[in-house]
Amino acid sequence: MGIRTRILGIAGLAALTALAAAGCGQNRGASSVRYQVTVANLTNAQPLTPPAAVLHRSGYQGWTEGETATTGLEELAEGGATAAFLAEARGNDAVVEAEAADTGVAPGTAVTLTLEGERRPGLRLTVASMLAATNDGFTGAAGWDLASLAVSGSRTALVKAWDAGTEANSETAATVPALGGTGFDAGRTSAVDRVTVHPGVVTAADGLTASGLAEAHRFIGPVARITVTRVR
Amino acid sequence: MRKLILAAALAAAAGPAGAADLTVKLTNLTQGIYFTPFLVAAHGGSTDLFEPGQAASQSLKQVAECGDLSGVEADLTAAGADLAKDPAGGTLAPGASATATITSGSGNDRLSLVAMMLPTNDGFVGLDSQAVPASKGTYTYYLNGWDAGSEANNELLATGGCSVGVAGIPADPGGAAGSGGSGVTTAENNTMIHIHRGNLGDTNASGGPSDLDSTLHRWQNPVLRVDVTVQ
Repeated sequence: MGIRTRILGIAGLAALTALAAAGCGQNRGASSVRYQVTVANLTNAQPLTPPAAVLHRSGYQGWTEGETATTGLEELAEGGATAAFLAEARGNDAVVEAEAADTGVAPGTAVTLTLEGERRPGLRLTVASMLAATNDGFTGAAGWDLASLAVSGSRTALVKAWDAGTEANSETAATVPALGGTGFDAGRTSAVDRVTVHPGVVTAADGLTASGLAEAHRFIGPVARITVTRVR
Repeated sequence: MRKLILAAALAAAAGPAGAADLTVKLTNLTQGIYFTPFLVAAHGGSTDLFEPGQAASQSLKQVAECGDLSGVEADLTAAGADLAKDPAGGTLAPGASATATITSGSGNDRLSLVAMMLPTNDGFVGLDSQAVPASKGTYTYYLNGWDAGSEANNELLATGGCSVGVAGIPADPGGAAGSGGSGVTTAENNTMIHIHRGNLGDTNASGGPSDLDSTLHRWQNPVLRVDVTVQ
């Protein structure tokens, strides 16, 4: 049974490869692409959780401003966990590859990860990473157009902070992962329930006495710099 | 053949990296922040006044902490840049505009500018090696407030002079700051160039943590509008 499955698998892969080759008239090696994505943390004291990056076509969107966050984005924005966000992406036919960095990005540092896959028309890039000293703040890139990027070309932009709108911005230590609190909790909700531009943190220094955050955690956008370079 | 014609047209539009006459209009978009005298420079691709995420040079620290342009002016002069210094004739007040004029020499096809933000400890506004468009026209850029990462943002007005590495705000041109603050912080978490988190301030003119006014000395990005006209 196991052997038969494997044989079918190889046969299926061969058929797909043949279709792909027929479709673009090139062999598979020549039609693959590779991108390096670098996320630099430009905040004073907001750790960024390991960035998740998705190479995709127009049928996938990590989030849409004004609309409810997916569960995957909620888990990422509240606790920094990337598994559900990546699983949602990988389950979408429009996604070529989805990966997360091994480490988070401390203020003043940068992290680079690599995405590679088959070259397809209309490729885009989505990146997401939590601002760990918030309730449900995140930053990233929302569907950057990569189609015009030639090999060794790059694109850089300063990016803002969004609020997933899935958790009230109480700023209590028990709810903020960077303060040792519980990140994702499906039981916690927000009346907002849509992705917005993040309003920033108030902090105890500015009168929110229940806040576990200090003045150093305050931020004004942009909060990160993302660079994508096509290396193949 | 069509491709060749298109390529030739693009090359003509891009032009050689030759001389250009530029006017650079600076507009302060804040409600209560002043900019110290600006240095505006046209320079080549190998010159860089600052790089986000990297440590500030000593010359940039002089600008960001004390509003002192002498270091960056010397660096840029040595690099063969074309400079326009202090187009506002002093500080650029909230809402005010000033215009610099530069004739850029051959190869000086990047534009940078810097000035300190007052009252802050080490906040500065900067344009970082923006490629100057080759085609005639006016191009607008909105700039952010950066933190040089070199001084703790204690938000206390300094008495006496200004030295790099010594915490304290050298001046408050608007005269709205208080005194007697206890100090907002003694630490600088991110010691690289990063986006300034803004002033905290308070509403106590003779005490509290900050000498700054929270109703006047805060800002959101962008803080400066730059209109570059290529003649």
